[in-house]
Amino acid sequence: MKIAVCAVQGAFAEHEKILQQLGVSYIELRQKADLNNDYDALILPGGESTVQGKLLKELDMFDIIKKQIQNGMPVLATCAGLILLAQNLSNDTHTYFQTLPVRVKRNAYGRQLGSFHTEGSFGPFEQVPMEFIRAPYIESVQENVEILSTIDEHIVAVRYHNQLGISFHPELCDDMRIHAYFIEIVQQTSTS
Amino acid sequence: MNENRYELNKELAQMLKGGVIMDVTTPEQAKIAEAAGACAVMALERIPADIRAASGVARMSDPKMIQGIQDAVSIPVMAKCRIGHFAEAQILQAIDIDYIDESEVLSPADDVYHIDKTTFKVPFVCGAKDLGEALRRINEGASMIRTKGEPGTGDVVQAVRHMRKMNQQIAKITALRADELYDEAKNLKVPYELVEYVHKTKRLPVVNFAAGGIATPADAALMMQLGAEGVFVGSGIFKSGNPEKRANAIVKAVTNYQDAEMLAALSADLGEAMVGINEQEIALLMAERGI
Repeated sequence: MKIAVCAVQGAFAEHEKILQQLGVSYIELRQKADLNNDYDALILPGGESTVQGKLLKELDMFDIIKKQIQNGMPVLATCAGLILLAQNLSNDTHTYFQTLPVRVKRNAYGRQLGSFHTEGSFGPFEQVPMEFIRAPYIESVQENVEILSTIDEHIVAVRYHNQLGISFHPELCDDMRIHAYFIEIVQQTSTS
Repeated sequence: MNENRYELNKELAQMLKGGVIMDVTTPEQAKIAEAAGACAVMALERIPADIRAASGVARMSDPKMIQGIQDAVSIPVMAKCRIGHFAEAQILQAIDIDYIDESEVLSPADDVYHIDKTTFKVPFVCGAKDLGEALRRINEGASMIRTKGEPGTGDVVQAVRHMRKMNQQIAKITALRADELYDEAKNLKVPYELVEYVHKTKRLPVVNFAAGGIATPADAALMMQLGAEGVFVGSGIFKSGNPEKRANAIVKAVTNYQDAEMLAALSADLGEAMVGINEQEIALLMAERGI
């Protein structure tokens, strides 16, 4: 199994460190030529969605990655990554892949003073540590979107087929359960 | 400041990695910077080249002007306060700034003490010429470090010097025996625990950006290859012939800093770079402020 980590900007190294600890090999996607590699899944890391979205488009990577996601390639998207996947953004006219049928609010908790740490449940897991950094949340979901986590009445993690969209940053914590959960999805996809 | 807040503040810097933070003086410039791919903007009344030219006392910017920039963009907004001027920092925190740069570019307000940044909720970035300075600022509560460079000159020589120096000192500490770390802490004038952290992890405890004199995609690539985790570009963009195009090119150069062919394409036809001044021609070395 090989996972491609989108590395145009942001906290991609943190995801790579967790993949390393889980014994999963990975490559970085920085330019179009990198998309020629074989890989089984994608990670869209935290960072600035405006920067990442722009670079993916201008470096000519956007359409290929969108097609991969549409064709069912598993994707783990955190924070900015969630914004890239969202079908709609309630407070921004930009949209990106639009493969995840949810409406997301950017910077939903305000500026850095609104950033916070908490613990909550995520699907089958309890007491998952969650770092919210100038984070978005999900305002509404369409049918068939499974809600995995809700904090203070706001949806902060969903699954839709092979897409995992998360407002917070599992890559910043030692708890690797969410990445392991994603790896399981990747394994199921590649064997089916 | 509780420990969670400091972690959250270091983590915001992690989100900026691989990105370019641009100096802007108006909401219009901020929008150009955001559209060009800035991962954050530094709001200030005058860019360093003009501060240098105007001389006199350089202070924190008008909060109204900073708020205008906050309203104009969706990316993080940083602003500078004078070294040691904790009241300016309190004001910036009160307007909900995302990051404060306790900056040598402004006139220092205190020639002995830096701000006790552990008493603030908002994060601070501070400049450092070497590892000792970096660790002293981190001990005071800084959650991000940048090289001091020599702002407003377009001359990258000092940023290079500071980055190399920090790397060399980190390599040295990594190679020391555990029982030699106490003396190294004494030499660097920093707490033992921070030296021990560097010894174990081979890196600073916070994100480290390059700043000062970066004017071209090649400058940005140079700093990234030397180990910077991102770059600040000040006067280099809005003092150049075609700010938009140059900003775009520097953003892409930071992402693909090891691809010389792409860098060649990005460096072509950018119009006039800022003229700049050489280090030797400068009367005032801002990097000497606040060590």
